[in-house]
Amino acid sequence: MSLRHFSTAAAITVTLALATPAHAVTEIQWWHAMTGPNNDVVVKLANDFNASQSDYRIVPTFKGSYADVLNAGIAAFRAGNAPGIMQVFEVGTATMMAAKGAIKPVSEMMKEQGEAFDPKSYLPAITGYYSTSKGEMLSFPFNSSSMVMWVNLDALKQADIAAPPKTWPEVFADARKLHATHPTCGYSLSWITWGLIEQFSAWHNVPIGTRANGLDGFDTVLEFNTPLDIKLLENLVELQKDKSFDYSGRTNTGEGRFTSGECPLYMTSSAFYPNVKANAKFGYTAVPMPYFPDVNGAPQNSIIGGASLWVMAGKTAAEYKGIATFFTFLSDTDRQVYLHEVSGYLPITKAAYEKTKASGFYKDTPILEVPLRELTNKEPTENSRGLRFGGMVQMRDVWSEEIEAALAGKKSAKDALDAAVSRGNQMLRQFERTVAK
Amino acid sequence: MENRALFSGKLLPCLLILPQLAVSLIFFYWPAAQALWQSFLVQDAFGLSTEFVRFENYVILLQTPEYYQAIGITLIFSALVAFFSLTLGLLLAVMANRNIRGIQIYRTFLIVPYAVAPAVASVLFIFMFQPGLGMIARALQRNGIDWNPVLNGTHAMILVVIVAVWNQISYNFLFFLAGLQAIPKSVIEAAAIDGARPMRRFWTIVFPLLSPTTFFLVIVNITYVFFNTLGIIDTATGGGPNGATQTLVYKVFQDGKVGTDLGGSAAQSVILMVIVVALTAFQFRYVEKKVHY
Repeated sequence: MSLRHFSTAAAITVTLALATPAHAVTEIQWWHAMTGPNNDVVVKLANDFNASQSDYRIVPTFKGSYADVLNAGIAAFRAGNAPGIMQVFEVGTATMMAAKGAIKPVSEMMKEQGEAFDPKSYLPAITGYYSTSKGEMLSFPFNSSSMVMWVNLDALKQADIAAPPKTWPEVFADARKLHATHPTCGYSLSWITWGLIEQFSAWHNVPIGTRANGLDGFDTVLEFNTPLDIKLLENLVELQKDKSFDYSGRTNTGEGRFTSGECPLYMTSSAFYPNVKANAKFGYTAVPMPYFPDVNGAPQNSIIGGASLWVMAGKTAAEYKGIATFFTFLSDTDRQVYLHEVSGYLPITKAAYEKTKASGFYKDTPILEVPLRELTNKEPTENSRGLRFGGMVQMRDVWSEEIEAALAGKKSAKDALDAAVSRGNQMLRQFERTVAK
Repeated sequence: MENRALFSGKLLPCLLILPQLAVSLIFFYWPAAQALWQSFLVQDAFGLSTEFVRFENYVILLQTPEYYQAIGITLIFSALVAFFSLTLGLLLAVMANRNIRGIQIYRTFLIVPYAVAPAVASVLFIFMFQPGLGMIARALQRNGIDWNPVLNGTHAMILVVIVAVWNQISYNFLFFLAGLQAIPKSVIEAAAIDGARPMRRFWTIVFPLLSPTTFFLVIVNITYVFFNTLGIIDTATGGGPNGATQTLVYKVFQDGKVGTDLGGSAAQSVILMVIVVALTAFQFRYVEKKVHY
């Protein structure tokens, strides 16, 4: 570079530096785990917010998977360098909540910063998961979904099944019928423990553990090894033998089995919708999860999955003001409606749900209303408000291991569930031991 | 006969080894000491409360049946991976040590897999072995083999062994090839003139002369299986099904990073460290006697 060019470049740099506004902009780090189109949504939200005012700047950073974000946040907190906002998946809730000195409860922050905030304007089935038993909201729901049954309508017609199954006995019978045309998989599901233990218990209004599924205290004890749970697993073990039911792994890696047409009945997150819409080359729909009709009061209501935004402790008042303003910005009805319609994730305020309903959006896209109908099916009880078990991330692996043992025929359904409960209880006691006293 | 370089003072030699010492202290001894200290503590994920519990973490660990299962799994896994990656590496090196046209190209291709990160290698193999999607899985199923690594523990073990071996062969190949090329041609030619057939020449001359390389590789491979296969297992099977591919190092990762039980995880890594140190010491003490330098 010649000297003349260099001086020009230097001059431009200086001018640019001087052009930045004189007053300090408060930067707020937002660590998240959103990929693909949902990452675009995060970036757009941050950009829109930054453009809407000039005092705060939200800086979103992709940190990897949900577990990676949690671990990065923990490491950063230990190093005294935590981000302002952290997106944590629903099963990390107990870990975050137990870290009293590390987090700032959202409702407390909103009150301190004088932002208008009415917890009642949010959908209780969603905020309940992230609130204390007294109703104090700890984190801000961001992307929520629930579990639904995806149905390949062409396959049903081919097997002479008149309508999608509503109950578990119908699912078992349909899976057997579908076996003739789909020999490798009639029915399957992703997130096996979320579906067979967490959602199943809420949907049938039975407890997963004592103390309101752990919401009332860390001294909760698991109890999902009841005859009802055993009956479900025994049926699936039986169907697994000829692959009328076929196990698809612990996470959602098996979802392609639905869109490829291999599994005609497939239970997974409602947030699977954009993927189905883009890839399924057959008639499809989504229906509520099945239930056992002989259980009193079933179906109750489903619980959510997804993630919420946690505010970290030890930040300045200016940062909290910025985060509070951002959360108010996110709660805006039109913005919630927009987010719901583009991402397939659920709206978090009642107003946004009503507005979407009124706009006739669900007439064209009834699938997106299925999870909302499940979540609001009945007023949540202490069995269906959510769950809060310490070490839940690893607990899901332990439960999965035992379910795998049953499906592989190594253990009876009863032994597997007994082992899942007792190993889970050991982990709960271990967590209780490590929680800050 | 003594043949060593002599330094006039003590200052210069001390200064010269200082960088190496510093690296060892910072990157090995310090974290190892931290792990040891952590293993006596009970701490929450965020480090907000810490309690000194002495050996409690170890006691709990040794009462866990899954821990003993993980020890067994690790032994099977490391024996299989070390055996196959060494024998296949040696076989390929012997083949590539001949004068054939385009040998450089073959050699380059044989080295490339080592450049693939373990987790990426796993993903590649998942694509091939995923039931219902992967081409190899479909071929197996067409031939009546009910290939299902998500539910069948043996299949899952075979899958991670294949990936780990594939990933490590190149490294072994490279060292074996270098070792083979260092063997003087004259010795082999002399044996050939004496009428020794290729197999006989290999077992009586080449293999013994290769023993320093083999010994080195055995140690490196065992360390590899014990520690570096974490990414492969995490991506391919997640330790499942039903703990069938949960090795010791994977359990350290699971309990520490997924379960955020740092004390218990640290206790496991201390035990793991002791096992590997003992194994290496044993090999240097006994196996090395059979090595011809």
